[in-house]
Amino acid sequence: MELIKKTNIDFIGMRKFSFLVSGIMAIIGILGIIAIARGTANMGIDFSGGTSMQIKFAQPANSQAVRDALGKAGIKEVELQEVTGGNQILIKMHKSTGKSADAVADALKAGIPGNSFTVESSTEIGPSIGEKLKQDTLVAVALSMLGIILYIAWRFDFKFGVGAVVATMHDVLAMIAVFYVLHREVNILFITAVLTIAGYSLTDTVVVFDRIRENMHKSLKDPMLTIFNRSINETLSRTIITSVTTFLAAVSLYLFGGEVIHDFAFALVVGVVVATYSSIFVASPIVAVWEKKAVEVEAV
Amino acid sequence: MKGYTWRISLILIFIIASCVYLTPTLVDTLPTWWSGLLPKDKIHLGLDLQGGTHLVMEVETQKAVEGSLELIATDLEDSLNAQNLRFKKVARLGGDKVQLTLYDRGSADKVQAMVKKKYPDLEALPLVDEGGFVNMQLRINEKEAQARKDRAVAQALETIRNRIDQFGVSEPVIQREGINHIVVQLPGIKDPKRAIELIGKTARLEFKLVDESVNAATATAGSLPEDDELLFEKRTDPATGAVSETPLVVKKKAMITGELLTDAQIRIDSQYNQPYVAIEFNSTGARLFDQVTAANVGKRFAIVLDSNVYSAPVIRERISGGSAQISGSFTEKDAADLAIVLRAGSLPAPVKILQNITVGPSLGRDSIHKGLMAGLIGVVLVVGFMAMYYKISGMVANFGMVLNILFLMGALSALGATLTLPGIAAIVLLVGMSVDSNVLIFERIREELRLGKTPHAALDAGYDKAFLTIMDSHVTALITAAVLFQFGTGPVKGFAVSLSLGIIINLFTSLVSTKVIFDAFLERVHVKRLSI
Repeated sequence: MELIKKTNIDFIGMRKFSFLVSGIMAIIGILGIIAIARGTANMGIDFSGGTSMQIKFAQPANSQAVRDALGKAGIKEVELQEVTGGNQILIKMHKSTGKSADAVADALKAGIPGNSFTVESSTEIGPSIGEKLKQDTLVAVALSMLGIILYIAWRFDFKFGVGAVVATMHDVLAMIAVFYVLHREVNILFITAVLTIAGYSLTDTVVVFDRIRENMHKSLKDPMLTIFNRSINETLSRTIITSVTTFLAAVSLYLFGGEVIHDFAFALVVGVVVATYSSIFVASPIVAVWEKKAVEVEAV
Repeated sequence: MKGYTWRISLILIFIIASCVYLTPTLVDTLPTWWSGLLPKDKIHLGLDLQGGTHLVMEVETQKAVEGSLELIATDLEDSLNAQNLRFKKVARLGGDKVQLTLYDRGSADKVQAMVKKKYPDLEALPLVDEGGFVNMQLRINEKEAQARKDRAVAQALETIRNRIDQFGVSEPVIQREGINHIVVQLPGIKDPKRAIELIGKTARLEFKLVDESVNAATATAGSLPEDDELLFEKRTDPATGAVSETPLVVKKKAMITGELLTDAQIRIDSQYNQPYVAIEFNSTGARLFDQVTAANVGKRFAIVLDSNVYSAPVIRERISGGSAQISGSFTEKDAADLAIVLRAGSLPAPVKILQNITVGPSLGRDSIHKGLMAGLIGVVLVVGFMAMYYKISGMVANFGMVLNILFLMGALSALGATLTLPGIAAIVLLVGMSVDSNVLIFERIREELRLGKTPHAALDAGYDKAFLTIMDSHVTALITAAVLFQFGTGPVKGFAVSLSLGIIINLFTSLVSTKVIFDAFLERVHVKRLSI
């Protein structure tokens, strides 16, 4: 079977449109980063510090009853989320007194009598841990970006390195943008997903770059844009097929992996789509435009 | 192409090794002949999968320094008394000094000489005259304070380990992290709340005389004599659960402390069926206890743990022999835990819990179940897709993917790595990503076939041309996986371990395992068309 026959699509020619889409995504992503830095985004308690609990009731319980029970005990600033199926409720507070989880359990026992519950998990994190994690995360992101630039610069030339990094940054920003717009929680697992996708996206980009380099050696006469377009088209089939298989794996994680990694799997699904898009529409066009400009300048 | 015997042997060895390492995980009871060098450990599950508690604690090391300064102050007081040197007050000042308030310069010089001899590490600041007194300040230097802090963390680690051992948790992890953090992992623990209370208790036991000359009911912290302090005795009514607090004024100075204990055991009072803790002093403690009780018959003696009065019985007679008992209003569990912390010793400084992640066992089981389910469905989807798209070649790639998972699980088991829920997610993701190398190769082969090459030539050309690209793509994926591994903790580290191992193993399976199948097949059978 062949989904994609020999194609000849002018991807580079679509750059005006794709750059516009990517630019908007990147701007939203940057807004998301600003929101994260200012702490106004939906931050996980592993970054902000606080308490989160997963509670499983014996009988159906709605979040209003839980909110009332907690309010009666003086626990006010809580975010509640009902988990579909299994009478479960997630409780999140951006404060931790070290005994918050116990206080919540006591309040529920007193406030909702007759509906017994078990605490499936509880996490309490002090603010100092969150601060350290933020710093560690920044270092990790910076280190992986640096590693990527160094490797690509060594294997290809500088322009390709920049193209790969821009495409990777684009994916990171787009994932942040999606999470920011959908108000999904930014936690350490999300960062993990972002870095994983950065690696995946880079792989996709490198495959196209490899082909471009090969074709540049093969046909020296052809104009740059033609070679770029031909290379993207030749690798298009592989890009799509790999994306499909990875996408299938990520989707089964999203649908069947359970509540704990639901957001993580969602980030992966978004990431696979974005990474595929960027390796076709962002990475190579950037290098192509740059190369073309350089050639034009030489010609003058 | 020749020389595939060694490749097939290598693959077979890996398959057998993986199966051997996975056997303890997959079968419930190992057969009797399974012994000797054969592995016996199951794959380590992270706390998120097996349930348990993960704690990060900070040792408040500054308090340890302050504590040792207070000890120095008490010791100096005793020495001054012993040498008949008159002084007004000796006390800790701030976080790094002891201040002696003396009456005149003459005695100050003598004291200075004595201090120099006794505490050469303390730095004596110039004397200051103030309000008719002479103030002498001794400062602990930075290096010494640091050494004490360091020792405090090491001691706390040891004490916590002792307590957990006595509490009985299988395979706990207790380790120091950074300067003053201690990480404790208690897998499969049933009563995390009780364990945390047990671990976090400073457990500083002190015997203090009650000052009956002050009316405790009306006393406030400000109105007390300087060497007294106000403490409370908490009593819980066993029937109603109501807590009552009785104030008590006691002497600040402890007559005897918990360091002099050799043993503590829970006992049940036969008369009232009340649990209590029987304690034994060492010889120094026994002598001191004997002296103190002899000198204070008829007075009340408060038994204080971490500034809470457990009980304050009247000393009826001199107690020699070095045994005593702590009774109070506690349950059997409380008494058992108290005995444990007294036996294991007190923490040199209080600890603060910075992070407490507790996962119940049912959520862990649920996670494993769902993770496996997602993995299985992922495998079925990918296998189906590849078989449909690349036909028989697709099945070869699928075989490679299954080998990949087998090798990865075997490697995780052999290396004693910890599998977490994100780790399972990484494996599921790898199911999709690992066929990439074969997709790259197959697409190349298809291109070569289109150019009119024979199946064999197309296959070789496909592998050759895809080789560099495969290397590149694996190295780039490894860069981010390695960074994740470096900075990640717990679940994230589990993800990074699975991912990096998977990437490395995938390189092997895609370049060796699947290729050898094609080679062996094309060698034996003359094919006109490649099923791709």
